[in-house]
Amino acid sequence: MSFPLYDLGLPSGLLAGLLFGYALEAAGFGSPRKLTAQFSLRDFAVFKVMFTAVLVAAIGLYLLRLGGVIGPASVYVPTLYFWAILAGGLMIGGGFAMGGYCPGTSIVGLASGRVDALVFIAGMIAGTTVFAYLYEPLTGFYFAAKGPDAERLPDLLGLPEWAVLAALVAIAALGFALGSRLERARGGPLTAQEVCAEDTETLATPKGAMARS
Amino acid sequence: MESEPRPFWNPLAAGIVLGLALLLTFVITGNGLGASGFVTRMAVQINAWTAPDAAAGNAYFGPFVQAGAPLVSWITWEVIGVLAGAWLGSRGAGRTRVKVERGARVSVGERFAWAFAGGALVGFGSRLARGCTSGLGLSGGATLAVSGFVFLAGFFLAGFAVSMMFRRIWQ
Repeated sequence: MSFPLYDLGLPSGLLAGLLFGYALEAAGFGSPRKLTAQFSLRDFAVFKVMFTAVLVAAIGLYLLRLGGVIGPASVYVPTLYFWAILAGGLMIGGGFAMGGYCPGTSIVGLASGRVDALVFIAGMIAGTTVFAYLYEPLTGFYFAAKGPDAERLPDLLGLPEWAVLAALVAIAALGFALGSRLERARGGPLTAQEVCAEDTETLATPKGAMARS
Repeated sequence: MESEPRPFWNPLAAGIVLGLALLLTFVITGNGLGASGFVTRMAVQINAWTAPDAAAGNAYFGPFVQAGAPLVSWITWEVIGVLAGAWLGSRGAGRTRVKVERGARVSVGERFAWAFAGGALVGFGSRLARGCTSGLGLSGGATLAVSGFVFLAGFFLAGFAVSMMFRRIWQ
């Protein structure tokens, strides 16, 4: 049997999604307050979980390739279109800070009972539709500053893959240490208890006082 | 009635499990994990129902419409799996709460308005970038794609900048 299997069937999708959703929920990523606390530097879970997952999978792919389990260039590597990808990344970062989710975590929020996630998803469908109707005038920008097909960091930097991986591990370790220090200085990362609590502050405040303020 | 929620996993453990799930997905499918591709297909389907001629003639949606049954796709099965996996995890750990999550001084209406606006920005940005935090950031990053890291730089930069104006929504 040769790998990858290139199996795009229903069981393959369900299995991948089940694991993905379970892990994201367990990390606390169904809570928009926990997710956005990354950007107030109170909670580094987004950085820590993402960076760890990227490195585990990157090192895994490297070892599978070294061991001959998967061939070179056998998995999909997205090509760079510099301006469109940078602008898209900026919009997603900004929209995440405003709305509390990204596409994947909005599905997790919905599955955890968050009604606001449903509104966010409706917004994404609207934004996608607006894009479709602006696609023609945007085509030039969409394809601008294209990089080499499927270019990877080792190609760009002219370094062996193990060196790039080692550098990323070092950056992640630094980020973990710095993040944990900042978390402690700001009262610690948001716990399940905090994000699941009733809106105590609102309940504790008399309705009249809220109306007057 | 609601049980005490069990704590979240520590980020290192969650990251390792997520990374192994991503690696398994690459080995099974040759692709990583995604999410916004489903939103695109949902948008195509809704537009095809509500404005069939406009959708079929649209430069971006048209090819999806002509291919037929836009929702019949691996990414749809994957998103159904995400819903099920997150639902099982959240239920099992007593973390399910039906509520509008927001800061103490923000009304439901205001939270909804920003959720919709943020969602619209994310929907537009995902199409422009050809992927989202999952497809480009996580999966692209794992293949060491240059595009994945350009995306992540933009994502974190704008996240920090914009969040300075939106702290009130969350605190």
